[in-house]
Amino acid sequence: MAEKDSGRHPDSSFNDLLQPVYQGKGLTDPIKTAEDKWLLLPAFLKVKGLVKQHLDSFNYFVNVDIKKIVKANERVVSDVDPEFYLKYLDIRVGMPQRREQNSLNTNIHPQECRLRDLTYAAPVFVDVEYTRGKKIVIRKGLEIGRMPIMLRSARCVLTGKDEKEMANLMECPLDPGGYFIVNGTEKVILVQEQLSKNRIIVEADEKKGIFQASVTSSTHERKSKTYILTKHSKIYLKHNSISEDIPIVLALKACGIPSDFEILQLVAGADSRYQEAFSINMEECAKLNIFTQQQALEYIGSKVKTSRRPMSPRLTPLQEGLEALANTVIAHITVNDLDFREKAIYMAIMTRRVLMAMVNPQLVDDRDYVGNKRLELAGQLLSLLFEDLFKKFNSDFKTSIDKVLKKPNRTSEFDALMNITIHSNNITTGMNRAISTGNWSLKRFKMERAGVTHVLSRLSYISALGMMTRISSQFEKTRKVSGPRSLQPSQFGMLCPSDTPEGEACGLVKNLALMTHITTDDEEEPIKKLAYVLGVEDISTITGHELHSPGAYGIFLNGTLLGIARAPMKFVTRFRNLRRKGRVSAFISFNINHHHKAVHIATDGGRICRPLIIVEKMKSLVLPKHIEALKEGRMAFDDFLKKGIVEYLDVNEENDCNIAIYEHQINNSTTHLEIEPFTVLGAVAGLIPYPHHNQSPRNTYQCAMGKQAIGAIAYNQLQRIDTLLYLMVYPQQPMVKTRTIELIQYDKLPAGQNATVAVMSYSGYDIEDALVLNKASIDRGFGRCQVLRKNTTTLKRYSNQTHDRLDGIKKDQNGDPIFKHSILENDGLPGVGEQVSSGMTYVNKQVPTNASDSMLGAPGGPIESYEDYKDSPVVYKNPEPSYIDKVLITASESEQPLVKVLLRQTRRPELGDKFSSRHGQKGVCGIIVQQEDMPFSDSGVCPDIIMNPHGFPSRMTVGKMIELVSGKAGVLDGSLQYGTAFGGSKIEDMSKILIEKGYSYSGKDMLTSGISGECLQAYIFFGPIYYQKLKHMVLDKMHARARGPRAVLTRQPTEGRSRDGGLRLGEMERDCLIAYGASQLLLERLMLSSDAFEVDVCSVCGLMGYNGWCTTCKSAKNVYKLTIPYAAKLLFQELLSMNVAPRLKLDDAF
Amino acid sequence: MAYTKPRNRVGIEHDRVTDVSSTDFPGYYPGEDHSWSIEKFKNHFKVHIEYLNELNSEFDLIGVDPSIANAFRRIMISEIPTLAIEYVYIENNTSIIQDEVLAHRLGLIPLKANPDYMHWFKKDDPEFEPTDYDTLVLHLSAKCTVNPNAPEGTTDPKMLYNNAHVYARDIVYEPQGHQTEWYPDGVTAANPDILIAKLRPGQEIDLSMHCILGIGQDHAKFSPVATASYRLLPTIDIIGEPITGELASKFKSCFPKGVVAINSKGEAVVKDARKDTVSREVLRHPEFEGRVKLGRQRDHFIYCVESTGAIPPDQIFLKSVQLLKKKCEILRKFNLSA
Repeated sequence: MAEKDSGRHPDSSFNDLLQPVYQGKGLTDPIKTAEDKWLLLPAFLKVKGLVKQHLDSFNYFVNVDIKKIVKANERVVSDVDPEFYLKYLDIRVGMPQRREQNSLNTNIHPQECRLRDLTYAAPVFVDVEYTRGKKIVIRKGLEIGRMPIMLRSARCVLTGKDEKEMANLMECPLDPGGYFIVNGTEKVILVQEQLSKNRIIVEADEKKGIFQASVTSSTHERKSKTYILTKHSKIYLKHNSISEDIPIVLALKACGIPSDFEILQLVAGADSRYQEAFSINMEECAKLNIFTQQQALEYIGSKVKTSRRPMSPRLTPLQEGLEALANTVIAHITVNDLDFREKAIYMAIMTRRVLMAMVNPQLVDDRDYVGNKRLELAGQLLSLLFEDLFKKFNSDFKTSIDKVLKKPNRTSEFDALMNITIHSNNITTGMNRAISTGNWSLKRFKMERAGVTHVLSRLSYISALGMMTRISSQFEKTRKVSGPRSLQPSQFGMLCPSDTPEGEACGLVKNLALMTHITTDDEEEPIKKLAYVLGVEDISTITGHELHSPGAYGIFLNGTLLGIARAPMKFVTRFRNLRRKGRVSAFISFNINHHHKAVHIATDGGRICRPLIIVEKMKSLVLPKHIEALKEGRMAFDDFLKKGIVEYLDVNEENDCNIAIYEHQINNSTTHLEIEPFTVLGAVAGLIPYPHHNQSPRNTYQCAMGKQAIGAIAYNQLQRIDTLLYLMVYPQQPMVKTRTIELIQYDKLPAGQNATVAVMSYSGYDIEDALVLNKASIDRGFGRCQVLRKNTTTLKRYSNQTHDRLDGIKKDQNGDPIFKHSILENDGLPGVGEQVSSGMTYVNKQVPTNASDSMLGAPGGPIESYEDYKDSPVVYKNPEPSYIDKVLITASESEQPLVKVLLRQTRRPELGDKFSSRHGQKGVCGIIVQQEDMPFSDSGVCPDIIMNPHGFPSRMTVGKMIELVSGKAGVLDGSLQYGTAFGGSKIEDMSKILIEKGYSYSGKDMLTSGISGECLQAYIFFGPIYYQKLKHMVLDKMHARARGPRAVLTRQPTEGRSRDGGLRLGEMERDCLIAYGASQLLLERLMLSSDAFEVDVCSVCGLMGYNGWCTTCKSAKNVYKLTIPYAAKLLFQELLSMNVAPRLKLDDAF
Repeated sequence: MAYTKPRNRVGIEHDRVTDVSSTDFPGYYPGEDHSWSIEKFKNHFKVHIEYLNELNSEFDLIGVDPSIANAFRRIMISEIPTLAIEYVYIENNTSIIQDEVLAHRLGLIPLKANPDYMHWFKKDDPEFEPTDYDTLVLHLSAKCTVNPNAPEGTTDPKMLYNNAHVYARDIVYEPQGHQTEWYPDGVTAANPDILIAKLRPGQEIDLSMHCILGIGQDHAKFSPVATASYRLLPTIDIIGEPITGELASKFKSCFPKGVVAINSKGEAVVKDARKDTVSREVLRHPEFEGRVKLGRQRDHFIYCVESTGAIPPDQIFLKSVQLLKKKCEILRKFNLSA
């Protein structure tokens, strides 16, 4: 048999499989596994939390980056007084503080900020050294502004607090943090995805035959993009600040490599293919008669687009060329002492990459490859913003001191600090405005980015969590390209494959997987030194010939060539060993690219990486004893890192590895072992039980719907006053859990209930995914939810000393309050617990009639009399009544009184309310059935929900069926079952439990009809499924009108439910009526019921008159009454106003 | 020997249920008399009580049509009047449970009060004033305070505070008028341990409640049963050769305990089919194909009535019979045969 097979397969690889030992593994080798290695996950999340990327990034900014920014801009000098200087010695961000300085307790906590519409911010202190007269003065702890603080970051009062302390601060211990509170609203800075900076990307346009290498240089001062591209198979340098493309040889000559031979060697090496392809460029340069560096620089200088400031002196072309080459082209390579060699080599490498792509078009880079992407987080964005504001702050400070110093004789000694505090508001407001509006405008990069921040969605716990892991792409949504939207293989384990919205943002908005980490910037310098120690030959000592000699690999640190190594594998292994020993940061990655003969070392921030178990000699380094230690709490996740048995890999380094998913798959080429396969999914997709049995889009749908489910939001949900809050009265944790559910603690803040579902058709009101609900279940509290709505009223103060006020109750002749004021108390505010129905006032506000003129001059002075105020009450308009849940009276930051009233509605499910299971199967309630009409099982159980079986065949949500069987087994067994992705409770075991408890293995029961009392002829799939109630409820949507308001301009009915608008008979409906020939109906719908208007038309001139009189003809003789749509009349008049005279020709109709 | 299924059997196949409807009506079998007569019914009809206690009961009705059996079940669930809390007047509620939710929870508490003494409260009549004939008044007030005598270091809220948990037993009945005669023992919750709310120091609940008559059709809280249902008596027929040896024990394991026994000859015999849960496990195994026939007796109903505690289960069933009788009498008044 084996011989026969091998004969059929001449491919020798198949024969290998039949050998007793394949890839170092015998078929009978025992499999040793460290069970429960998933326990590493909670350990990981314990250290890092779900939003660690935001916190790490913010902490890095506050602790490190902000100091670097100040260091880079440390001196402020005056143009006027050369003696004067101010130097920043240090900068610190303090702990959050109340702004009211005179308050007893300056500490502030986040919940107070939410309730009082404050900003959760901390003062920023600097230490300065400056000259006052002839003396040098040092001042410490000077406040220069306030910085919004990320919750749970190092500067937040919540860090390190236990559950009880959190409760005292009215904070939910399960809240992930990672967002800001600005003016009382919670704002998230979404993670931004963009192409890596300072890296070469080679692309090809196959149709046009263009190859180009581009690099986006980014430094603190400027951002610019440099291209090296082919045009008619000649290579040019292109840059925005240079008006023409520069031949590459010319550019290299300008960089101080005058010899053609050296250029050829640097670019092409000894390879004749590249030499041939490149030689044409030599000619190009020679034709222009440029042979020396000076000539080349002058040529470039003459092409530079100059945008000089008016004051500065004119530069010669040579100077222009020098400056362009040194500062704008490939700006991230700095030029010291006019030594252009490094830049020349960088250009040569870019050119070589273009040549390589020309020779072999496959050697282009993939833009969508995750390794070429960097994620920009809150810390980086804030650091850009802060640097901009800080520079502005310094220049404002400088102009203001210059103004003073200009004056020759001052009365007193000038203290510069008097001027510095004036501008501190700029930093505070700049930060606040950027975060609250989401508009990031940076003057130095001319960057204008909108929509950076979003309001944290508190619809459910999951929606808040999902928002914290969201990544938005800079890519345009409107473009129809599939590349950036499609799932990249390199996303595996880094980005969730399921969690992306449908529609226009599909694939552009992504979510992080469960076990990802985003790096922050690391120091380059020590790595550079270490590289030299480990045998890298410095680039400055290397010729082009050596660079491209066989066996030599270029060593690149963050995309810049450092030197070459002749034994790259050894170099990388040694470096990796250093990392595993903890000698260099764990987040530095090394990877070898054999196509480019390059070793890339990356220390930059924004790379996505994830932890993996190291495998050595075919053995996982994580042994059962380690897991034992982890269970007993003797080891934490960081100990695994320190021991060098777990390490972080980024996407590029993953390419050098062979990662086994399960321990039994380890062979002799395996380098790493996956911690748990279900970590490929994100937090939101992790809620789905048995997702690996579902059709992929269903999981994506659930990811969108899980965020709309009503449930518990946070432990402090009843303390919060949000604009809109949905809560479930009796939420339950799911019968079928997943490991992810436990890790993100969804079981403590659930959003749904375990409904007993019968999969059968019933009543005919269940078509198109409609559900049948049991009335008794609803009576007992199934699907009951609460809607809390906020109303904010501010009592404004006006410039003329007047202010808004609250008035008391108006009473009728019997001394009872009038209906409108029946729920008010004497202070003009409603009583807590009262029912408000339509037309009632619940905040009896009055505003002064005169808020602009000064009242001081008026007779009697500013006495408040009753006539001075007019009513401006807050009236409840909803036809469905609410209850007053809370009334909060407080003051905002500007010390204006603030009244917040929270209104509550408790709703039971009704016809048309939307429900969904966790498998993307949504449906509305189609009918509510009495319990006695429901089918029942032998044990007397009747379903809460009946679901139509037609929902299954086309959707292929097998996971839902398995959830039902597992849930049923769990109910009978008294245990919670697991539906974890790629694992979970096995269906065989579940069936065994069912049989044991006397049920059918399949989960199908024999049911009796509640209507006829006879047995049903089919066995019914019957058991619990976790159902979510979604926020879309009929009560908020139902709308109808007969007569109602009309728009002022057109006199047509208004649009939309909120304006009590009409229901539009649209174009397509109109088409139907035309086609049918129902002309009278059409006339009624489109004119009589809409905007019919009677006009007087003169049959002589065809224009409209009025009152039976034609103003044009000055006669009443031929004026007729006519009914036309008001919109038509309006059109005629508007045309008239434009000097176009539309004339109506009247004729007898019959 | 070929197996012929008795007429009153529902057939249980591995994938479907056959013969669910009864066939003993006139004209179905040619030449047989199936006309209904009270004498025949009396001869056939049997009642057997399996067990009966304060809250649960199981009894058999043998020899009735499913339509009649189902009518009793439906009436028990939805039409027997009971008393439940309908109006809640909240004086003070500073607990974290909202007023509506608290009222809903109170409404669902089953009350031990005989509904027979009460009259209907006319909800639809806005002029109708509650009287002692139709309304029971209950009161609940609880205030949570710190327990000064709490043992050191305890974290149990029940120890730390007084009245941390409010239970159904805290509800106090206030007799009105004649009610002292009807309810000499007062009115209490059927289960005193139902948790109504949890309080913390400083929180307080103070409310009074009105209980009125209602039926389960209107709201599930008025239903006197937790569940009332029936199942048909399962039958197991071993056909052909007896099942012996190892197969017999496998056969036995396909049923719940006590259904199948193995006799002295090593043959599997059906001992008590009533205990079978009809899991159809035996039909999965090819070795038993054609050797066993499962079924259920169509006119043998095993009722299971679980009371919420307001009315004893036997009373519930008798009331359902009375109600059905009353309905029939109403129908008869209309002289339908004319």
